[in-house]
Parts: sequence; C-alpha cells; structure tokens
Amino acid sequence: MTTTELFEAPEATAESAQQTVVGRSPWQLAWLRLRRDRLAMACAVFIGLLVLVAIFASPISHAIGYSSTGQDRTHGITLDGLPVGPNSRHWFGTDNLGRDILVRIIYGTQVSLVVGVAAAAAAVFIGVVVGLCAGYFGPAVDSVLARVMDVVLSFPFLLFAIALVTVVGPSELVEIGVIAFFSWAAVGRIVRGQTLSIREREYVEAARSLGAGDLRIMFVDVLPNLVAPVIVYTTLLIPVSIVFEATLSFLGVGIIPPTPSWGNMISDAQSFYQVAWWFLVFPGLALIFTTLAFNLLGDSVRDALDPRSERMFTK
Amino acid sequence: MTRPRSTPADPPTPDPTGPDSTGRASEDDVLVRLEGVVKHFPVKVGIVVKHEIGRVHAVDGVDLTVRRGETLGLVGETGCGKSTLARCITRLCPLTAGRVIIDGQDLSTMSRRQLRPYRRQMQMIFQDPYGSLNPRRRVGSIIGDPFAIHRVTRGPDRIRRVQELMELVGLNPEHYNRFPADFSGGQRQRIGVARALALRPKLIVCDEPVSALDVSIQAQIINLLESLQSEFGLTYVFIAHDLSVVEHVSDRVAVMYLGKVIELADRPALFATPRHPYTNALLSAASVADPDRSEQRQRIILTGDVPSPVSPPTGCRFHPRCPKAQQRCVDEDPALTPRLGDPESHPTACHFPVEPGEDLAAIRVGTEQPGREEAS
Repeated sequence: MTTTELFEAPEATAESAQQTVVGRSPWQLAWLRLRRDRLAMACAVFIGLLVLVAIFASPISHAIGYSSTGQDRTHGITLDGLPVGPNSRHWFGTDNLGRDILVRIIYGTQVSLVVGVAAAAAAVFIGVVVGLCAGYFGPAVDSVLARVMDVVLSFPFLLFAIALVTVVGPSELVEIGVIAFFSWAAVGRIVRGQTLSIREREYVEAARSLGAGDLRIMFVDVLPNLVAPVIVYTTLLIPVSIVFEATLSFLGVGIIPPTPSWGNMISDAQSFYQVAWWFLVFPGLALIFTTLAFNLLGDSVRDALDPRSERMFTK
Repeated sequence: MTRPRSTPADPPTPDPTGPDSTGRASEDDVLVRLEGVVKHFPVKVGIVVKHEIGRVHAVDGVDLTVRRGETLGLVGETGCGKSTLARCITRLCPLTAGRVIIDGQDLSTMSRRQLRPYRRQMQMIFQDPYGSLNPRRRVGSIIGDPFAIHRVTRGPDRIRRVQELMELVGLNPEHYNRFPADFSGGQRQRIGVARALALRPKLIVCDEPVSALDVSIQAQIINLLESLQSEFGLTYVFIAHDLSVVEHVSDRVAVMYLGKVIELADRPALFATPRHPYTNALLSAASVADPDRSEQRQRIILTGDVPSPVSPPTGCRFHPRCPKAQQRCVDEDPALTPRLGDPESHPTACHFPVEPGEDLAAIRVGTEQPGREEAS
C-alpha cells in the first residue's frame, strides 16, 4: 500500500512549511479560542488577582495597618459613634465599630472564594457521580435517582438552610455542606441528560461490541464528553455559591461575626447606609464584580468549548 | 469475493455437490447459524406504571447461515430490520427468541460477561464514520481499544501493532496522535475497519459501511474490505440498501422485508432470476448507470408505504403492496423454501413467485387484485 502517495499529496508538499497539520486536541483548540477572547482574559486576570488577595490577606492587611477585627477608636469612628467615610487612613472608610472596610473586604474574599469554590466543587462531584449513574444504568436506577434529584430541587432551600444551621450550628464547613447539598441536583440533571444522549452514540455501541465493561465505557467514552458542560457549569456555579454564601451570612446563618464576610458586612450596613454609603457600597461592589467576572468567564468558556456558537459573538 | 465475477446474463449453474442456497452446509463450513431469531421492541406508555401497548416486530423469525469466508449481503429498505438483525448477530441486544450460534457456540443466552471472550471473534463496522469514533479520543487510542479491553498487549508493543493496523488499512501510521475530526469520512471509516480488525476476528458484521460515504470513497472502502477478506479469510455479513454495492461484494444475498428474510440466493441467481415480487420491485428500482438502458426498462412502482412493524399484515407481509397478491397471501404466511418454476429454485417466501420472463409491471397497471388495500 503506497500510503505515502495517498497522504503526501502534491499540494500538501508545496506549502508544507505552514501547512504541517498538528493533531490538536479539542481542549487545545478550546484553550486557543479562550486565549483570543479579551473579555475572558480580563475576567481571568481579575479572578487571579482575587485569588492572590485571598491567599495573601494577612500580609496585605498588615501592610495597610489594620486587622480584620481591630477597631480604630481614634480615627475610625466619629465622636457621635458613626462610621468614618473614605479618607487617606481608611480608603474604603470604616464600619460602625471603627473597623477598616478594605481590610474586612480582603478577608471576606478569602471566605467567599473558599466557600464558593469548595461548595461548587463538592456539588459538581456529587452531581457528576449521581447524574452519570442515573443516565448510564438504565431506567430502574434512573427513576430512583431522578426522583431524588427532583425532591432536592423542590426543597425550599433558604428555609431549610436556616433551619438546618439553627440545629447544627453555623460554621464554614456546615455552610459549604448546605450550599453543596442544594446545588448538586442541578448538575446531576445536566449530567444525566448528557449521559442519556451520549449512551446512544454509535461509539458507545462500538465500545460495547468490542467487549468493554460498564466502568470502562463510563470513564473512557462517556465522561470525557461530559467534561465540557461540567466545566461550564462549574464556572457558573461558583458565583452562585458565592452569592448563596453571602445570603446565608446576611441572614446570620453563615459566617459568624466578627469574622468578616461580604454577606454579614452588607447585613451590618443595613442600619447605617443612610449615613454611611461606603459601608454598603464597597462590600456590595466586591460581590457584584466577583460574580460578574465568574459569570463572564463561564460564558466565554462555554463559547470556547462549543465552537458552533463561536460565530455569534466574534467579529 | 475472490471468485471470478459473472454477469447476470450468464445462466446460473447450480452445483449439485456443493452446499445449496438454503445453507444446508456441513457443520464445519458454517460460521454463523441463526435459528428463528426474533427481536421485538415493546412499545410502552404510562409515566409511573408503564404498560405495553404493542411491539415493534423488528426481526420476526430469521433463519440464516453464513459460511466461512463468504460474504452474505443483507438488503432491504429502511426499517426492515437489517440493523437490528446485525445487532442480534453480534449480541449487542438481547434476543426475544431464537438462537445465534457462532463457530459452534450458542451465544443467544449468554450474559455480557460471558460474551466477552467471544467478542474477539466477531466485530462490527458501523454506518456512520462520524458517530462511531469518540471525538475526544486520539485515533491511536481508538484503534488500540480492542487491545486494551482484552488486555492483549500494552505499551510500545501496542503502539507498534496499532501502527501496523493503520498501515494495513491505508492510513499514515504517523497520524497516530490525531483526532477523528482531523480525518475525512473515508479515512474515518478506515479507522473503524482497523479497530474491527485489531483482534483478527473471524466474522465482521458491516452495518452499511459505505452508505455515508461519497461514491468514489465507497469503492476504496469496498476494495479495502475485499483485500482484507482474502488476506485474513474473513467472513462478512454485509448490510446495505444500495443494490449495486451488494451485487459487487456479496457471494449470497438475503432480502429482508418487515423483519423477515423473503428471498435468499447466490448473488448471480438473485440478480438474474429474482422470484419474490418484492425483490423484483427492489431490483427494478435500482439505478442503472447507462441512461439508454435506464429509459428502456420497466419500473415496478409499489403503491403504499411499508406497513407499520408494530402491527404487520397477516399472512404474507408483502401482500398489501403486492401486484400478485391473492386471498391465500392474506391467510397464509409463506415459508422460505425453494419454489418450483425456475431451474435454480433458490428459497423464496412467496406463494406465487415471479416466473422468469413474467412482466410484473404489467400486472401492476392491470386489474385490481383481491386482498390488496389500495393506498389512498
């Protein structure tokens, strides 16, 4: 068989210099598309900065000169006992106890990212396992697991979360657990639906005809095709979890004061926003920009992973 | 496929000593034996409590044998159960009834785990070269899959053997690390062939392997399959709806209609003296390359649609559309046996087979036949 003749066609050799075909994986192609997306890169840089801020929260606040719970009784509070607005000492102002809002936001970043990412990761893990089993192992397993997901999704989650935390007692770990518990079912549904369609593909049948077992088909043939939607959903689930965390903290069932989190800062600001706008605005902006960055990045990741939607946005 | 081609004009000469078309061959000679294979798909309604309202009779009692080294063509229109039969042969789906015996082993009641060692002997080539390869995996890993699943070989030796396979099917072994998306349809089908060939199976079931390809590429893949057959002594079950392809590759041809084999013959006999009216209609509908001949010939136009396989017609399943149908066809299901009337007498499932020289198209335009429902 003259394979060389077949594949080294004349036109290929003529412009072989720039035409050398590189077998790029779908991931490499998606990464290249994402790299070209300036908005996505800006969001990624912003998120990267947030991560750095969260990691180096204590040295940064040391450099600023205040701790997260330390009260500045001399300059951080007026004689009437009201918060002090943004000035050269306190860039973002202080709260009603004379604590520096910038430092508290920096520490709040730590809480938001840790809780948001951990809860999203836990939710995705549970969701993928349950969804994969529900989609792959036929109607009997599916009907049980799908009903479980329906039940979880139909919970009044805020009421349930408040009740649960009241019983168990608030802590960071409980908060992660609560958020993960109410988020996994949505992931599970997506994964289940995708698995149901992938299961019917001819390459799965081909693997079966070769004698592949269920586990091998699940991990080698089904899971790699699920990674794209799962990545997209994870990046979109992180901001949701961050907002969820803020909500719980706002309601007093998340992070316990005096440990700062964006949610309990906004909660504290409720009674002061008429005289101290900075108290409400800066934690609010931190929350908005963080969720916006994650959401935009998630959208871009989806565009990058699904080339068919590419033309809608470029040019 | 290695024997010389004979044109349909040659009078078919039955060999009295050899095995006849019914497949009553000696046991050693038979690789695949299907006995009364039935595959029904239940139609269920209800959300919580499902109950069966009917069954799709996809394959409804098929007896066939495939001899070692031959190519059995399986033709029929869309929805007649060809692909389901292929999946029954390779036991990709459980049978409703009947037996599948491959190389003397009854596979029909085996569990997936029990079947695993026998999977090495039978492989499939799929219709859709785009759907049958996982887009997220590299070609080398796809072709190496059979080695990995059956733990045949690993490491550098596996890579070497995969590259040998790629060379064998006419792919550049250097493209080992590429993805299916980097290949054309024909090249992808070669990947599928390489994967099927990896474990040196005895039987390859080709489920419309060329129908998704361009005509010029079809010829390349068919030639590849033919050369591999003579090199490795493969046995093919070749499913197609394109009669010219089947005529080219097959040693024997089975015609299916609504889940049943209605005619079974050596290739020259089938194309020279088709007995079943449906086969006649099918052959007359096939495209002819020569436009002069194409204008001259009489096409037999069947009226109506293929009846629903959920409730197939009584008696002969073809009777509502058959120009020769009579009351007996409504009442009695004809068996697949040799019928009188032509020198070769290959088996056909028809009470009133078409005589040589009979003009079926003329009957069609003529008088109404009893027992035939006219499509509105």
